[in-house]
Amino acid sequence: MTHNQYTLESPSAPRRTRLRELWQLFRENKLAILGLIIFVLFFMTAVSGVILTSGQRPVFDPAMVRLQEKLLPPLTRPHLESLHPTEVPTLGIYLFGTDDLGRDVFARMLQGAWVSLTVGFVAVGISVLVGIFMGGIAGYFGQEYICLDHILIAFILSAGGTLLSIGSIGSGSACLGVGLLCIVYRLFSKILGEKLQSPGLLHKKAISIDTIIMRAVDIMLCFPSFFLILTVVALVPASMYNIMIVIGLTSWMGTTRFVRAEFLSLREQDFVTAAKALGVGNFRIIFRHMMPNAVAPVLVSATIGIATAILTEAGLSFLGFGVPPPHATWGNILSDGKRFIFDAPWLTFIPGIGILIVVLCFNLFGEGLRDAMNPKLRERG
Amino acid sequence: MVSFIGRSMVQKTVTLFFVSIVSFLIIHLAPGEPSQVDPLNPKFTPEMVERFRKEFHLDKPLYVQYIYFYRDLFTGKIVSWKDNQSVLIKIWERFLNSLPLFIVGTILTWTLSFPVGIRSAIFRGGLYDRSATFLSYLLISIPGFFFAYILIILVVTTLHVPVIGMETFGLGASSWGNMLMDRIWHLLIPSVLGATGGIAVLSRYVRSQMLEVEGQDYVRTARAKGLPPDQVHYKHALRNALLPFVTMFGLILPGLIGGSVIIESIFSWPGMGRMAYEAILARDYPIILTVNFISAVLVLAGTFISDILYLVVDPRIRL
Repeated sequence: MTHNQYTLESPSAPRRTRLRELWQLFRENKLAILGLIIFVLFFMTAVSGVILTSGQRPVFDPAMVRLQEKLLPPLTRPHLESLHPTEVPTLGIYLFGTDDLGRDVFARMLQGAWVSLTVGFVAVGISVLVGIFMGGIAGYFGQEYICLDHILIAFILSAGGTLLSIGSIGSGSACLGVGLLCIVYRLFSKILGEKLQSPGLLHKKAISIDTIIMRAVDIMLCFPSFFLILTVVALVPASMYNIMIVIGLTSWMGTTRFVRAEFLSLREQDFVTAAKALGVGNFRIIFRHMMPNAVAPVLVSATIGIATAILTEAGLSFLGFGVPPPHATWGNILSDGKRFIFDAPWLTFIPGIGILIVVLCFNLFGEGLRDAMNPKLRERG
Repeated sequence: MVSFIGRSMVQKTVTLFFVSIVSFLIIHLAPGEPSQVDPLNPKFTPEMVERFRKEFHLDKPLYVQYIYFYRDLFTGKIVSWKDNQSVLIKIWERFLNSLPLFIVGTILTWTLSFPVGIRSAIFRGGLYDRSATFLSYLLISIPGFFFAYILIILVVTTLHVPVIGMETFGLGASSWGNMLMDRIWHLLIPSVLGATGGIAVLSRYVRSQMLEVEGQDYVRTARAKGLPPDQVHYKHALRNALLPFVTMFGLILPGLIGGSVIIESIFSWPGMGRMAYEAILARDYPIILTVNFISAVLVLAGTFISDILYLVVDPRIRL
């Protein structure tokens, strides 16, 4: 009774925080919990995998070639008499069999797990960062206009950069100098107020920032994504980092649209006006006040983006691009094994099922998160 | 309406122009040159490389190359760097090979996903719905190449029919019926593979649309009137749920040129995707750029068509 009176009379914060509430809703979704558990397991496997398979004398050597032991099915014991003591697999058994060079598939899967994990996370990290940055600018500063003189300065600077990279140092640095002078001049005129005013034509409003960013999104969406990634990956030198960067830089458009839409509605809300009235700086408003409120749909799309990135990386490895050969990835184990598909089906099925399970867990987790964040469901809880 | 069409035409042309610039820059600024693809080939003497560079304007500055390329593209004179054949003819031939895959795949996608999605929505939360949901997650998550090999193993070991390529080699003398069955078998598995992702995504989408409409007041009214459930589901609810899908007809257009690189290379299918893949390996820039340009045109045309269709079918949207 007294407790009831207390809650009625004093205005207090909700007893459960938002995160707690989210977790309660999320817990009801069994598939999503399964996804979360598999994700944690996969994460631990990948981290222990990179520790156990790297270094001078790794515990599991993914590159150890034993030609006399090739294409052994899973769970076979090695022929101890024909092997050098250092060549015997650590577990004393080929857990996942061996491939056509007699390499231990279990060790190779461990090594490949790390590639899948990092490619997924770093690529999505890049795309989310770019997406939040572009979307935030488009949503928050979208109504500002770019004037002709900005374009002019940008043009001079980029021309200078191009000339420098081509090799004509004289004219290049001249252009860069002129551009920098213009920027300094603009900054000065801003500080000194309206006294130093350049001609009126240059201050004509040309195009809004929102338009520029959204048209850039449209342009990027015109490219067929897998084909674009394939083209760029084939042209740049093969390495894991290039793949991450390329996947990240070709998948930020969705996040940009989400964040922009959220920001457009958030910037009209009272707490933003209040923060502005208190004199909080623009970037503090964006990152401290608005971003936490806009991050929910980004989180969901990022989780599903990780799944897509892992699939893309596997596809690239399968086609023979990507991480260079001695290093194992799940895609290239499968691609190497496809020649022995009828004799050694485990070379296809083990990495294939591995990819399937990991991608599935990210998809289930992301969908569970989306359901839990759905306001229609939240009111019930 | 007319002003909307005009405005979006202008906007899309500008977008296309920038796409052409960006794709050109991506390809030409990347490290490596097409003349250096095969440095170990003894036929590739420095004089040959020089002649090659001159022949294809590679010694000119970038903007001149850009103008030359798009002039050739629009006059239809553009040739492949590898074999000097016309790019447009090459693409057309490969396109005709990819077309059956695309048509069968699209038909499969659109005929299968609607019944599945509608049934899931009607029996929401039941065993059917839950298994369909899980199955669609499974199909979204399975890597295409892995699924391809599972299907190959299944079909080859149980039915003993060859599936790689477009037709079985050396079958010319057999009867007409055999030839037809052979073609169908070869066509079926790649198109099923091409359709799986689409079926999974589209059936989920149909389900959520149906659920949304089933919660509307007019559906409750129809039910309260005592109409039979079938009539409520298929007449009152379904018709309204179909609205967003009309616009999706425009969005399948880009699939025409894409072709799946992975599926076509697994099945040795001489289609668009494989041609693009081979062009990338050989650094055959004219083919890469032309495929890119055509697919950008199709994406823009697709969004344009879907906007127009939305205008036509949804009376609430007026410009």
